[in-house]
Amino acid sequence: MTRHLARIALTEMQAELRDQAMRFCADKSPISRVRALIQDEHGFDLAVWTEMAELGWMGIAIPEAQGGLGLELADLVPVAEAMGKHLMSSPFLSTNLAAQAILTGGTDAQKAEWLSKLASGTIATVALFEPSGAWDLDAVEGKTKTFAMDLGAAEIVITTVRHEGETRLALIPRKRIEARRETIIDETKRSYAFDVPRFDDSDLMPADLTVATLERIELVANLLQAAELSGAAAACVDYTVDYLKTRKQFGKLIGAYQALKHPTVDAFLDAENARSLLYAAATHCEKQGDGEIAVRMANAKAEGALSYAADRSIQFHGGFGFTYDCDAQLYRRKAMFAASQFGDAAFHRARLAELLL
Amino acid sequence: MISVEEFTQQADAWFAEHTPRDVPFMLPLTFMEVGTDEQFEFLRAWQNKVYTAGYLGAHWPKDYGGGGLTQAHQDAATRVMRKYNVPIMLNAIGIGWAGPLILDTGTEEEKRKYLPGILSADDIWCQGFSEPDNGSDLGNAQLKAVRATNSQGEDEYVLNGSKIWTTQGNYAKYMILLARTNFDAPNKYAGLSFFLAPMRIPGVETTKIRKLTGEFGFTQTFFTDAHIPADTLMGEEGDGWKVAMRTLEYERGARGGQAGGYTMSQTDPLEVLGLAKRAIRNGKPALEDPVMRDRMVQHIIDAQAMMANRERAKISPLVSEKPFALPLLSKLQFTEYARETGELALDLEGAQAGYYVGEENSREDGYWQRSYLNAFSATIGGGTSQIQRNIVGEHVLGLPKSK
Ligand SMILES: Cc1cc2nc3c(=O)[nH]c(=O)nc-3n(C[C@H](O)[C@H](O)[C@H](O)COP(=O)(O)OP(=O)(O)OC[C@H]3O[C@@H](n4cnc5c(N)ncnc54)[C@H](O)[C@@H]3O)c2cc1C
Repeated sequence: MTRHLARIALTEMQAELRDQAMRFCADKSPISRVRALIQDEHGFDLAVWTEMAELGWMGIAIPEAQGGLGLELADLVPVAEAMGKHLMSSPFLSTNLAAQAILTGGTDAQKAEWLSKLASGTIATVALFEPSGAWDLDAVEGKTKTFAMDLGAAEIVITTVRHEGETRLALIPRKRIEARRETIIDETKRSYAFDVPRFDDSDLMPADLTVATLERIELVANLLQAAELSGAAAACVDYTVDYLKTRKQFGKLIGAYQALKHPTVDAFLDAENARSLLYAAATHCEKQGDGEIAVRMANAKAEGALSYAADRSIQFHGGFGFTYDCDAQLYRRKAMFAASQFGDAAFHRARLAELLL
Repeated sequence: MISVEEFTQQADAWFAEHTPRDVPFMLPLTFMEVGTDEQFEFLRAWQNKVYTAGYLGAHWPKDYGGGGLTQAHQDAATRVMRKYNVPIMLNAIGIGWAGPLILDTGTEEEKRKYLPGILSADDIWCQGFSEPDNGSDLGNAQLKAVRATNSQGEDEYVLNGSKIWTTQGNYAKYMILLARTNFDAPNKYAGLSFFLAPMRIPGVETTKIRKLTGEFGFTQTFFTDAHIPADTLMGEEGDGWKVAMRTLEYERGARGGQAGGYTMSQTDPLEVLGLAKRAIRNGKPALEDPVMRDRMVQHIIDAQAMMANRERAKISPLVSEKPFALPLLSKLQFTEYARETGELALDLEGAQAGYYVGEENSREDGYWQRSYLNAFSATIGGGTSQIQRNIVGEHVLGLPKSK
């Protein structure tokens, strides 16, 4: 039934991209830099972002005709995974969501104006959440938006609005918006709230594409979030293992205690599972129906894997684990925030139950 | 030599015709579940039939009873067996551990003596590693083997002690035996030696042990001044641990050479979904219960992860960071999954979970109840899940040893 969705295909290009992205992120995002950027207004390094754009990464999933590389959604996965692994913050997810939204549901004019810019590094984002936390079409009041990630650095935002009794998507320039930064649990990320400004008819995206566009945003968000979380889960296990190999108590390395060793192996197994499901999701994400199943499975597993790995990481670092200086909190907060966006593992499983049972 | 393609077609036709259907009693899903003489005789005849038709040991040399073809031929035949979900091959220890060991490291004489009987199932093999006091700590095995010369002037070893949890011990003609030949060795491993020990000799007795399912399946074997010829020693005295570890590599599939077929049927990881769709809990379809729905989906995701792990293991750039991770995790993951499957199935069955094999009102004649109980054979046998976690922790993650 779902057996065929376990197949994994990896192109040579994806393998190279993964290597390149892993090296790049390791180099640009050492933990000292991650922590320094927590203090930065926009929360990311613009110079590094520019380099990423120069490498072509922002154009990966944008067609050549619109100035991109014309590759596949799957080819974004190695980059997102590497960024997750090195806790590198950037508007990569936000901008890709906006790009995919425009590709799926933008007017010709919007496509012509924005896609090539986004492919070369202009920052964009999407804002779907209402203050209630709801984001389905019926719940949209279109007055105030929350969880607009990276809005501070973005030039445009794609958001849901009310227009003539309908919920519609609109592409609104950032300069018309007054953004208020929100305090969120993952300090490596930036989130904003704003009141929806006046918009013109020309800002609206075609009504008949609204549903398809929202589905596209959700699919891409789930895929890239699975990649980020799965990369982070692997790194978090490594971080815990390092401590278990250096910290001594009662005259021996604490990693020799099975009360620590065995849950760490379980966390490792979870992280390995998440990785395999991620690559399977990348392989199948563009298939009608199957794509959603594979992607939700990957995201549910990745979120669970990082949550468990990070929760145990805090505990296994003892008193140090309780400190701000211990990186375990960075991983735990990342998992908590991710679960709050686009659905936690239980949400995805409920959707999967509808699709599978 | 016949092409693999043609061989496959022949195998396909043969198994299509000869795979037993409508067997009137429950067939064991694994070689550890053979509990009755009826099951044993049926499976012995079946293995013999498959072997005689040329689909077991197809790649072993003709001189030793094999088919003289290639590994690819045997692999193809094994795939066909999976396709038809045929009954398991009975003589697991012979096919999977002892056979390849003898083929790789045995003398010419040993090969001619032992290998044909392994394939034909005339000679059943068992494994004498675990002891009542030494299981996970296999290196501490204490069964005593003392070298002596008998009245005819022949060299032999005299065995005293006991082995336990011996699968098919009551049916076996030979045992691969780990015994202690030197009690003064510099460490516990260095005192061990490895034997191809005959079972049907004076001083060897087996008693059947009843399993948690109520059936029989393994034995305790007692050795009381049992004399075995000295040439049953594999390798040198003191090599026992090394040889035993080599057999574990065959067991875990890290080394090839097995005679083929399969000795544990691979149940479809998603088989329980069929039950979920039929089962009734509290008078309602089980899948209307939101908790059951969530658990079922979690289970499907885990099955999917297991299958995706198998796929990823074949793609070297995606396993390059820790190349041994997936192979070493697989026993732990697979066996725990099978146990959880049984648990889930019983929860899905609601009131009917209370029945057991033989009750006419039970669902599928208590299949899931028995499967769940039998699932522990694999989470305990072959190195417990806890030992597997030690292995992964120490050998993959590089954590310090637990001792
Ligand atoms: C169905 C079945 C068939 C078998 N067939 C055979 C056979 O044919 N031949 C054969 O030789 N053996 C066989 N065995 C034996 C099997 O290999 C042992 O049962 C197994 O290795 C565990 O040893 P034990 O039973 O002595 O348990 P113990 O080693 O006493 O373990 C008891 C508990 O302690 C845990 N434990 C032990 N050491 C550690 C440690 N270092 N760290 C953490 N936890 C630990 C174990 O996980 C277990 O939960 C079979 C077992 C079963 C269940």
